[in-house]
Amino acid sequence: MKLLVCIKQVPDMESRFKPNGSGTWFEEADLAFRMNEYDEYAVEEAVRLREQLADSAELTVLSIGPDRVVEAIKKALAMGADKAVHVQDPNVADKDPWQIASIIAAHARDQGYDLIFTGMQSQDRGSAQVGVLVAEQLGHSCATTLIGFNYGDGVVTAKRELEGGIKGVVKLKLPALVTCQLGLNVPRYPTLPNIMKAKKKEIATIAVGDLLREEALVTTTSFHPPAKKGGGVVLEGEVGLLVDQVIGILKEKTAVLR
Amino acid sequence: MKTLLIAEYREGKLLDTTYELVGFAGQLGAESAMLLVGSDSQLPAYGGALYLADAAVCGEYNPDLHKKLILQAIENEKPDCIVFIHSSYGWDLAPRVAAALKCAQVSEVIAIDGGNFEVGCCNAKMRRSVKAASGRVVITIQAGAFPVVRQDSAPRVEKLTAAGAGGVEFVGYEPAEAKDVDLAKAEVIVTAGRGVGKKENVPVIQALAKALGGELGASRPVVDAGWVEHSHQVGTTGQTVSPKLYIACGVSGAIQHLAGMKKSDFILAINKDKDAPIGEVADVLVVADLMQFVPALTAKLQ
Repeated sequence: MKLLVCIKQVPDMESRFKPNGSGTWFEEADLAFRMNEYDEYAVEEAVRLREQLADSAELTVLSIGPDRVVEAIKKALAMGADKAVHVQDPNVADKDPWQIASIIAAHARDQGYDLIFTGMQSQDRGSAQVGVLVAEQLGHSCATTLIGFNYGDGVVTAKRELEGGIKGVVKLKLPALVTCQLGLNVPRYPTLPNIMKAKKKEIATIAVGDLLREEALVTTTSFHPPAKKGGGVVLEGEVGLLVDQVIGILKEKTAVLR
Repeated sequence: MKTLLIAEYREGKLLDTTYELVGFAGQLGAESAMLLVGSDSQLPAYGGALYLADAAVCGEYNPDLHKKLILQAIENEKPDCIVFIHSSYGWDLAPRVAAALKCAQVSEVIAIDGGNFEVGCCNAKMRRSVKAASGRVVITIQAGAFPVVRQDSAPRVEKLTAAGAGGVEFVGYEPAEAKDVDLAKAEVIVTAGRGVGKKENVPVIQALAKALGGELGASRPVVDAGWVEHSHQVGTTGQTVSPKLYIACGVSGAIQHLAGMKKSDFILAINKDKDAPIGEVADVLVVADLMQFVPALTAKLQ
């Protein structure tokens, strides 16, 4: 059984973001990058299935982007993926979800994966489109927002997270694609021996031009901070003074402190 | 400009978020029609054309079949814009429709800005203005971002149906876990967010809650990491609360969390990141290290 997990490398979300030269995305200099959090759950679930199926399965990890994304790929390999595909694209941030999906689908169509895992969305763009679009382009069955996953006898049983804590249980026939929600599992930390082992695993590099055949359907015209709604007071300074200030405010503004 | 609004229906009930779609169409200044896979015993308070399919026949969740129904309505209505709520139903179905039409999709729209749509990015810390390059566009709107509009008149119903097996078989619903804490009744909630750093620090937050006679809340990452029980989770997939005082400790302020607590009477946020989106709803944002500030505040209150 051929398994694929798609991952994205994103900036640490606690960073300060400022617009880049074109004003349509963030300036990358000074940012620390890491694996998209949702994708960590996707990798973990894919690795668990790979372990369940033992030698009858092979797990490939794919990421699109400049050379820095190899760091995220190496983490997925150290978590237990067998091999990797790096779609080399220095301008990945200019691609829209339709184009990203078509790049993944072009690769997957060739390889005939039975089951594809993705995060339900990225932390930076957050469109929640790419996984579903890949499935649609390939004609795979698809379920989103998984907080439960089980595979047996050619059928995926998935638990989808709905609003208010309700869950929806669905069954999918292969080939299929699932998008993973936070809390699906507990992603493992790569161990040192596995990090060493991962260094020997194959990372194939493909130029994005070899896979991309589609034009963008959406363009970004501006990237900017939210308009300040005002009202809120921001307090900074020495902790002791802050505590006194806060107690003063709570006494004045709330009925909780007397 | 013409829109097709995709209503939501679950466990035999029309969902109120449906009326936010009507509010969005109003802000867009667009004509609208609506599609509902639901029941003729529960028609929306909406005066336009309603394409109605029976959920007893087409399923409440059957994305391949629902996509077929939507494509039928699009064929009739020829809308410029097909609008969903950004929900477990909408974000699941919208890309399937966009792919079938090969048209642009803009996700989780929070505002209309001329011909552009405003969306959040970078965990809601930043914004993007985006424009569809295709003539037709599929939109999902953020829950709570547009006004609720109920109309007095009844819809003109046109029945739709579709058949065939899809790739996804719906088995059933599982109810939400029973709550051992009813946060909705608490006057004070002190919430631990990811910024608490580790499970061992949770008692520090709990001590502040106790000093104020309140309950401990938790954000999603803290629950996912197993630091606090799910019954304490505040937000879209947890509990919705509006206490007299809400203290958010190291909570960044993801939209799903804000949706669950922004109606609190007074919100105090403590965060080391001055730009964290929690600052947008907080009455007071204290920029400080949690593990220094919270114990000092607790000590002073005792």
